[in-house]
Amino acid sequence: MADTHDTPLKSTVLCDRHVALGARMVPFAGYTMPVQYEGVLAEHRWTRESAGLFDVSHMGQARLTGNDAVATLESLTPTDFAALSQGKQKYSLLLNDTSGILDDWMVSRPEEDGFFLVVNAACKDQDFEIIAGSLIGDTRFEVLDGRSLLALQGPKAKDVMQSVCPAACAMYFMDCGTFEIMGETAFISRSGYTGEDGFEISVPNAIAGALWDRLLTDPLVKPIGLGARDSLRMEAGMPLYGHEMDAGYTLAEADLKFAMSKSRFLRGDIKGIDRLKKQLDGHLDRVRVALKILSGPPAREGAPIVARDGAVLGKVTSGGPSPTLGYSIAMGYVPPAESAVGTELDVEVRGKPYPAVIVSLPFVANGYHRKPKG
Amino acid sequence: MKFTKDHEWVEVTGETALVGITAYAANALGDVVFVEVPDVGKALKKGDSFAVVESVKAASDVYAPVSGEVVEANNELPNSPDLVNAAPEGAGWIAKVKLSDASELDSLMDRAAYEAFLDTL
Repeated sequence: MADTHDTPLKSTVLCDRHVALGARMVPFAGYTMPVQYEGVLAEHRWTRESAGLFDVSHMGQARLTGNDAVATLESLTPTDFAALSQGKQKYSLLLNDTSGILDDWMVSRPEEDGFFLVVNAACKDQDFEIIAGSLIGDTRFEVLDGRSLLALQGPKAKDVMQSVCPAACAMYFMDCGTFEIMGETAFISRSGYTGEDGFEISVPNAIAGALWDRLLTDPLVKPIGLGARDSLRMEAGMPLYGHEMDAGYTLAEADLKFAMSKSRFLRGDIKGIDRLKKQLDGHLDRVRVALKILSGPPAREGAPIVARDGAVLGKVTSGGPSPTLGYSIAMGYVPPAESAVGTELDVEVRGKPYPAVIVSLPFVANGYHRKPKG
Repeated sequence: MKFTKDHEWVEVTGETALVGITAYAANALGDVVFVEVPDVGKALKKGDSFAVVESVKAASDVYAPVSGEVVEANNELPNSPDLVNAAPEGAGWIAKVKLSDASELDSLMDRAAYEAFLDTL
């Protein structure tokens, strides 16, 4: 993504704290961000075993309110937001006119007529411009520049949250709500980008530092950088915008059909619906798959995926060693005919083929706190 | 021990030399999870990539600090890549090279010069 431009880097309000904690700071999406503190492996494992604290304040936050907020959101995405109950969150996609993916979003409905959006840092200027130009009826749109976003992730996140905002611990996976932390309004969802149970906590910048410090006083919590955030989301099989998807991909190709509501598909009011219908009817050139690398070096973004007969099938879009599994994993694209779980193929690294097999996602079982059935 | 600006080191004993990456480089890479060592017999030209060291985040080329022929690779590294972090200038050596032009060593830095160079980074 945009890591090479010459404009000065922005920083989150927690930047000085990252530096004081010994973080290695790197440019990411126009911000200077912590890529690691004590080390990617240790941070990755800590998040899987205890609770990791991430500063994700570089991401865009916004609110859409009003009776027509549903209509506005639906005009931009393939998701049925009328069907999203208050207190729930949904993964969604910002689409262009031909159903290409412009960004992926987490959309919460903490209030009946109020939606809370979290969007990718690298896409937020584009997204907010599109939203501002697409407002329907009485929809009001507010970019929440004055808020920070902390993610607390891991099997012990709930134990930590119990002392900071006990009411939030009553939520299940993909629930959201408005709570009070340190006398301020916090938008909290029970979700994240690691595959673990956890919370994403939006608070005013004024208390972000105090909340960060307070969470870190708990011995269960360590700060985690973007390096482990990437390896954690890969193990969870979660796509990263600019890697597994961009405007050149549709939700059918990227295997993100769960972001599309059946009601919207039946209604036929999704941008680029004809292309989507055709693809979902079987006219698909490529589809996102998960690869287990059986031997050799990690296959990283750009590595060719080739059939055993040498035919090039596609490319790796994200890949690297899995600290949890002890072998390398990757995601990438191949034609549907080659996409079945168990298909053996090769990945090419530095000109040499290494064996890999298609597996199902997620690579590492998730630890979500789901609502019991029934 | 002699050093390059690309953070490789060379330790000469007679006609051969051990080569590896410096503690500074190992620390900058972070946790090393994979090392691709060169094949024995491979001819090296000074400045060519001859090995790859990979962290969770990225793959980094290791450049030959001297020309010569690989006479031994560190076969511990494929199974214990973390040796590069634990002992970068010792047990984490990457290859043993038979030098083809010992005069190349003159252009490398001694430890004092390398440390002064690190201070400029």
